[in-house]
Amino acid sequence: MIPVVLQHYLVVSAVLFSLGLAGVIIRRNALVIFMSLELMLNAANLALVAFSRYNGNLHGQVFVFFIITVAAAEVAVGLAIIVALFRRRKTVNVDELTSMRL
Amino acid sequence: MHDQLFWFFSIAMLLSGLLVILSRNPVNSAMFLVLAMFFMAGLFVVLEAYFLAIIQVLVYAGAVMVLFLFVIMFLDLKSEQRRRFRILSFGGGIVVAAAFLVKVHDVVEDMPLVAAKGVVGTTEAVGRLLFTHYLLPFEVTSVLLLVAMIGVVLLSKRDLK
Repeated sequence: MIPVVLQHYLVVSAVLFSLGLAGVIIRRNALVIFMSLELMLNAANLALVAFSRYNGNLHGQVFVFFIITVAAAEVAVGLAIIVALFRRRKTVNVDELTSMRL
Repeated sequence: MHDQLFWFFSIAMLLSGLLVILSRNPVNSAMFLVLAMFFMAGLFVVLEAYFLAIIQVLVYAGAVMVLFLFVIMFLDLKSEQRRRFRILSFGGGIVVAAAFLVKVHDVVEDMPLVAAKGVVGTTEAVGRLLFTHYLLPFEVTSVLLLVAMIGVVLLSKRDLK
């Protein structure tokens, strides 16, 4: 078996990112689209941590720390928007949410 | 040993990620996302980023996913489960994702092989960097969290103007 190197982590990260990307495009439920966005953020985190390990410094890990913080804030605001949208329009299907008007 | 752990965690994580986007029920998607977060934390441990692994479990698998499940419960999405299968969006998603993968593969193929440096992401090491080199961004992050909090309170008001 070939030893695991940086490239393996990058490919796993890219596959996870592609899964998230496909989820954002395929799914019609706003909540699931949001979860796919989280998958994409996680993929970026994995790539950063792998780079950090193979570069020999911790700056990448600090960056991931900030990304996790921003992602937490983003999830809170995004879910609040989805809840507000659901109260108005009674749906979270993005096909039915095509107008900017409330 | 490290290599086996890498293969186990990454394959399990990718399978959970696939099930996130394929599950029809949003609750199942959320549960598989929790699973994917846990396996990601495992990958962080393999990469010796111990602090981030704990943060991943606490913040993502804990706080964020509880928020997701809470909103799913709040919205009561039973009617969303049955829907038509759309060939166009399905094909489009697969094509875009595949194109991205091919490009990344091209980049990765040309990269030189490097050995892992012995850098360990303990709480002490990450904290030291966070409170010296990254002190200003760290403080600015607190402002961001405050803004997010105010925004959420405002958005949750019943008479949204």
